[in-house]
Amino acid sequence: MTSLQLTSPSWMIIPVILPLIAGLLSFLLNRGIFAIALTAALANLLAVSILTCQLLSYGPMRCHMGGWQPPLGITLRTDGPALLMLLMTAVTGLAITLYARGYFSYRILDPKRASQHQHQQRYFWPLWLLLLAGLNGLFLSSDIFNLYVTLELIAIAAASLAALSGKPASQLASFRYLLVNLLGSITFLLGVVFLYKSCRVLDLDLLHNVPMNKPGISAALALMSVGLLLKTALVPLHFWLPPAHANALAPVSIILSALVVKGSFYLLFRLWFEVFAQLITTPALNVMGTLGAVAILWGAIQAMRQHRLKLMIAYSTVSQLGYLFIAFPLARIDGSTQVWSIVIFMAMAHACAKSAMFMVAGTVFLHLGHDRINDLTGIRANLPITVLAYGIAGVSLMGLPPSGGFIAKWLLLSSALASSQWWWALVVIIGSLLAMTYVFRVMSRFFVIPEGYSSAKSTPPSPLLEWPALVLAMISLFLGLAASWPLYILSTGNPALAQVFSGGLP
Amino acid sequence: MNWGQWLLVSILLSSFIPGIIIFGVPEEKHRLRTGLNLCGSILKIVLILAMDTGIYFGHNFEIRLPLIPGVELLLNGDPLSALFATLSSVLWLLTTIYAVGYLEGSPNRSHFFGYFSLCVTVTIGIALAGNLITFLLFYEMLTLTTYPLIIHRGTEKSLHAGRNYLIYAFSGGAVFLFAVVALQTIIGPTDFATTGFPSSFIDTHATVLAVIFVLLIIGVGVKAALVPLHGWLPQAMVAPAPVSALLHAVAVVKAGAFGIIRIVLDVYGAQNLLLLGVLPLLGGIASITILYGSIRALQQDDLKRRLAFSTISQVSYIALGISLVDQPLAVIGGLVHLVHQGLMKITLFFCAGNLAETLGIHRISEMDGVARRMPFTMAAFSIGALGMIGIPPTVGFVSKWYLGLGGLAAGNWWVVLILAVSSLLNACYFLPILTRSWFGKQQGPWPEELYVGRFETRLMLLTPPLVTAFIVIAAGAVANAQISPLAWVRFIVRKYGL
Repeated sequence: MTSLQLTSPSWMIIPVILPLIAGLLSFLLNRGIFAIALTAALANLLAVSILTCQLLSYGPMRCHMGGWQPPLGITLRTDGPALLMLLMTAVTGLAITLYARGYFSYRILDPKRASQHQHQQRYFWPLWLLLLAGLNGLFLSSDIFNLYVTLELIAIAAASLAALSGKPASQLASFRYLLVNLLGSITFLLGVVFLYKSCRVLDLDLLHNVPMNKPGISAALALMSVGLLLKTALVPLHFWLPPAHANALAPVSIILSALVVKGSFYLLFRLWFEVFAQLITTPALNVMGTLGAVAILWGAIQAMRQHRLKLMIAYSTVSQLGYLFIAFPLARIDGSTQVWSIVIFMAMAHACAKSAMFMVAGTVFLHLGHDRINDLTGIRANLPITVLAYGIAGVSLMGLPPSGGFIAKWLLLSSALASSQWWWALVVIIGSLLAMTYVFRVMSRFFVIPEGYSSAKSTPPSPLLEWPALVLAMISLFLGLAASWPLYILSTGNPALAQVFSGGLP
Repeated sequence: MNWGQWLLVSILLSSFIPGIIIFGVPEEKHRLRTGLNLCGSILKIVLILAMDTGIYFGHNFEIRLPLIPGVELLLNGDPLSALFATLSSVLWLLTTIYAVGYLEGSPNRSHFFGYFSLCVTVTIGIALAGNLITFLLFYEMLTLTTYPLIIHRGTEKSLHAGRNYLIYAFSGGAVFLFAVVALQTIIGPTDFATTGFPSSFIDTHATVLAVIFVLLIIGVGVKAALVPLHGWLPQAMVAPAPVSALLHAVAVVKAGAFGIIRIVLDVYGAQNLLLLGVLPLLGGIASITILYGSIRALQQDDLKRRLAFSTISQVSYIALGISLVDQPLAVIGGLVHLVHQGLMKITLFFCAGNLAETLGIHRISEMDGVARRMPFTMAAFSIGALGMIGIPPTVGFVSKWYLGLGGLAAGNWWVVLILAVSSLLNACYFLPILTRSWFGKQQGPWPEELYVGRFETRLMLLTPPLVTAFIVIAAGAVANAQISPLAWVRFIVRKYGL
């Protein structure tokens, strides 16, 4: 893959530097924190859009910070997959910023615990902006050590965010979350050490040219993969995810579930299918696919059995992450091209739909003071837009047409059947049916308005709580109708993919 | 976009936009909501009639929206889609009028009519779908939009029925999706307009294609309530009467039957299916369903449940006719029954709803002498019931006549036998209702007399069944005229070159 080399500063540093600066500012300043965060989120979206335009006109780019060439300098680079993940993060991030504003404003209205909620908000913004910087850095970095740094940044910010709610349950969950994440980071770091020992380079592009026959490299890959799998919560390493995601504050649950797990997955995927593609064997891919299949079924069954809405959504994340892994064994047949579009679609659709769902859960919690699924009846009278957002997000999670999830599932099914691996297709179908069951268990409660239910008994919701959820749900639904755009971005600068794109499915 | 494409889009929007607006209409603004509903449905009929005219004169209506390579959405107006779209839009107008009268004063009407409009939008989408993926899109959406209507009353019983409906419908949808993907990996993307894939695929993939055919039929058979996939339909009777009319005559069951027609005539094509030899399977399932539905209907005392089992039986006439695909007369009988069954069954459900809303009658054992209290309603009911039995000059006779002729022409005496037995069973479960209500003696007061006024019931409830009952006779009497469902079906069959 050839890419345009840049030595001058480019738009590429904005998504990393700007949230970092904004995070520090919001920590130091006392007023106008939301304005800073909103500006950062908007500027981030703008910068990523400009980068996308540049990608479409010039192809993939590399930027050597300060003019230092690798292996010494810090190198950032853009290509189709990275930009789609950045776009996903930027759009979801903007929605999360707006929602968090509405969420904290609503909670501060409660006079009893206003100071505690003020306090939570005070720490939320800097941590969230740091996390955003870390994620953007992860998608842009081209050097494995820098990637490790971003992973650490994400892990620490995320664990602190998870601890914010202050409840004993969330303390415990976030402590476990922190330990698991550190364990993952250390394992990853160990892998980096092995790799450096064997190859003497850590730049992803330079690693392409290194012969892959040394045993140290295999060990490095294994260690890095385990570390990343732990962070991505693939079954059986998922145990920490549901309590951590379900007990956090609503905006934090969204960040953790929609974005953070995608970061480590994305890195794992890049390592497997680009850098170390020669080392990957079919049995390894099948193991990943099998774990993914188990995750889909196990997560969905657990989601069906939950009594609390947020726990259900968290287990649904475990299930949906399985779809990302089930794409692995299909890669051998079509090459990695088809697989890229599957995982990118799945990741984007899931990020939007899952954010919308956690937003709904948060809003419902704010209004009812609980999220017990059996007692949700009547909420539609108060929060019609929120319930609509839940329904649309559910459609996307179930993979019904025309949602982005449908496109991903269609690609999964057609790859599986085209390569005569129909059992993966069967898992995908069963997973969708199970998703239907848990989505509609809640939906049926939402639809019912009991006799004599008065809709006037609670305060009207803030638009910031309702609309971001609906917009994100709409995006996940209509992602399928606009599917040719992400595919076009994905294929830019990637000749193999471009061929698939213009020539139709194999 | 040319005018034809605008026409297709506006056909869908004519109920979609009113539906979206209605969600936001405050509960008490009754007039505004009704006005939106009626304007939308009348506009839709006008637009669809315009499309029908265009199709008759050979205009090609088509919109394509490619999503990813191999997946595109395609709306396509052909004679077959015109048949279904016209039926649905006309019956929707009547059902809307009926529903406005039926739900007068009940809560959550904006919610109800919003989904009602979305539901018909999706049904028309099914009619206009030009390939399997578009069909699947609207087919799944139909499940989503009918679910809130089925659980509209919010009782435990209706939630239970809704849950079962979802499980049946989405499982069917999942099987269908699997089959569509599998078919596409073998024969590539195909449109309905191509009428069948090249028969060279039969030589290489005969078994797989036969299995996929069975899976596709299972997928749509859930909504068409083929035995043993029919379990959701009798349970869904807990929904309000307009919803039952919608399920049985306008949208859901019809969508399933329409899917069977599409798969047989367009996706596989008559020649390929004869080579594969899977049609006797479809014919057999249809025959079993016809007999099973009738026998179960005999045992029901609840009027709506009896009608539901009758639907299960009657809809399979369509599948039976289509399964004799090499016999044009049988195909005509099957296709025309799509319209005829809708007309008759909607009449019966309107009347059953009137009985429940006016006198609180839900059981057949409570119907003694009811025709003296509600003569017009029962007259309409009797016409519908006689049509189901197949008495000339109703439309039911026309369907059965063609089906029988087609069976005889194919040398399949069993088709005629099935028809005869089924008609006998129809008579057994409908005639006692008629004799009870016309000649029986009223046993004590009515269960719950809810309406006393100038007419036998509210005018908005009385008019729709009278209109449909009139059409049941009129369309049967003038079946051979230039403009009738039968004439249009002949036009379709000519197009397929059968």
